[in-house]
Amino acid sequence: MNSKSICLSLGGLAAALIAAQLAYADPTPMQVREVLHRDFHTRGQANITRVDQDDVQYLCTVTHNKPSARRVKEMEAEQLATIRYPADGNYMGNWKRGEKLASTGKGMTWKDKPGGRHGGGCYNCHQLAPAQPSYGTIGPSLAHFAKVRGTSLDAQKYVYGKLYNAKAYNLCSEMPRFGTSGSLTEQDIKDLVAYLLDPASPVNK
Amino acid sequence: MFTIRGAAALGAAMLALSTATALAQSASQERKEIKKYQRMTAENSPVELWVLQGEDLWKQKRGPNHVSLERCDLGMGPGVTKGAYAHLPRYFKDTDRVQDLESRLVTCMTTLQGFTEKEATKRVFGNADKPSDMEYLAAYVASRSRGIRMQVSTKGPKEKASYELGRALFHYRAGSWDFSCASCHGTPGKRIRMQALPVLSSKAGARGTYTTWPGYRVSNSQLKTMQWRINDCFRQQRFPEPNYGSDATVALTMYMAVNANGAIYRGPGTKR
Repeated sequence: MNSKSICLSLGGLAAALIAAQLAYADPTPMQVREVLHRDFHTRGQANITRVDQDDVQYLCTVTHNKPSARRVKEMEAEQLATIRYPADGNYMGNWKRGEKLASTGKGMTWKDKPGGRHGGGCYNCHQLAPAQPSYGTIGPSLAHFAKVRGTSLDAQKYVYGKLYNAKAYNLCSEMPRFGTSGSLTEQDIKDLVAYLLDPASPVNK
Repeated sequence: MFTIRGAAALGAAMLALSTATALAQSASQERKEIKKYQRMTAENSPVELWVLQGEDLWKQKRGPNHVSLERCDLGMGPGVTKGAYAHLPRYFKDTDRVQDLESRLVTCMTTLQGFTEKEATKRVFGNADKPSDMEYLAAYVASRSRGIRMQVSTKGPKEKASYELGRALFHYRAGSWDFSCASCHGTPGKRIRMQALPVLSSKAGARGTYTTWPGYRVSNSQLKTMQWRINDCFRQQRFPEPNYGSDATVALTMYMAVNANGAIYRGPGTKR
């Protein structure tokens, strides 16, 4: 086989590969992003730029929430670095306020007032107080959480961090990054830590 | 056309018939309304109110051209409503795009009746006091596919591309809270609060759910369309708002409809 025919057959192979790819090609996240920019519009606080993915959203989308262990390690470290812990070193707030935050899922939609009070929406996905029968099951049960995790300072810091940026602990978790996204304030997160860990909280009754 | 205020309760409708309507409308009109009421009681579901109003609207001469929608081609030929919904979304040559029921109705309102697109889409989502024309029409056309097997084609290149785009959109994570459709509708056995979540990427989940939309929602006394369902999911996903009838929304509908293929369409349904 001379060099010309090798070139030709390589060309043919490439063409076949391209054809095969076209036949089975799913749109890439970049193509989806273009469609979203064309077919969606800003409404209220829900700006069109929300369809642009950050590194975590992109990686979790393209890997169907299963990135390589190496990438997970690297990116969880990056996410951990976004967490701003309270300057006073105190992680526990008021569990009664936390209970209210856990019960409402308001915030961040195009109907919500920007800067208005947000909720954590915890009950949408988690069981918390065993006495509350209306809870979701997208996340694990957190009933008697203080018994499961203990109430040490380390446990408090972990819960604060998990609420602030869940992706630092489980990169493709379905749980929002409440602190990083600006949905909950430092005080809100402290109050939720108390709702989960305070022995007096209904979660631990 | 009488307005359905508080149409949720059949009792309320009856009250309206016996008082205000009787005073305001002619005897023949009243007989027509009573006939409607009897039919709807027979069916024992408020969904029938929307279906009947939709049929009225379909046959009414409207718009600048003063014509009805009875020549509207929903894919089975001009004017054919029987089975049309069970074959949608599909590719339409005249618009050179894949369309769902609602975007196709907009096409017919503009091309046949002479409405501008702006007029046709001005008020697509109604409320409990005043449902939208689109909700009536969607309920009527969908009802004409009751008992018919879902058979949505992906044979055409644009149909196939629409399905693939829908699948990609379904799994695309973004927004303030990192959600995709699959965050809630991708894993079996999950619920939000007490509300069970269908897995719309699975055959079983899509079949059970897609075949009952559009649906009358008891919780807000309204009949809601698939475009509304997708719109409100994106709101809760903390996304910006999808354009009504856009290719993205049609693609998601296509993805769910194809996943539901083979199931018998039994809507418009009644939801919690």
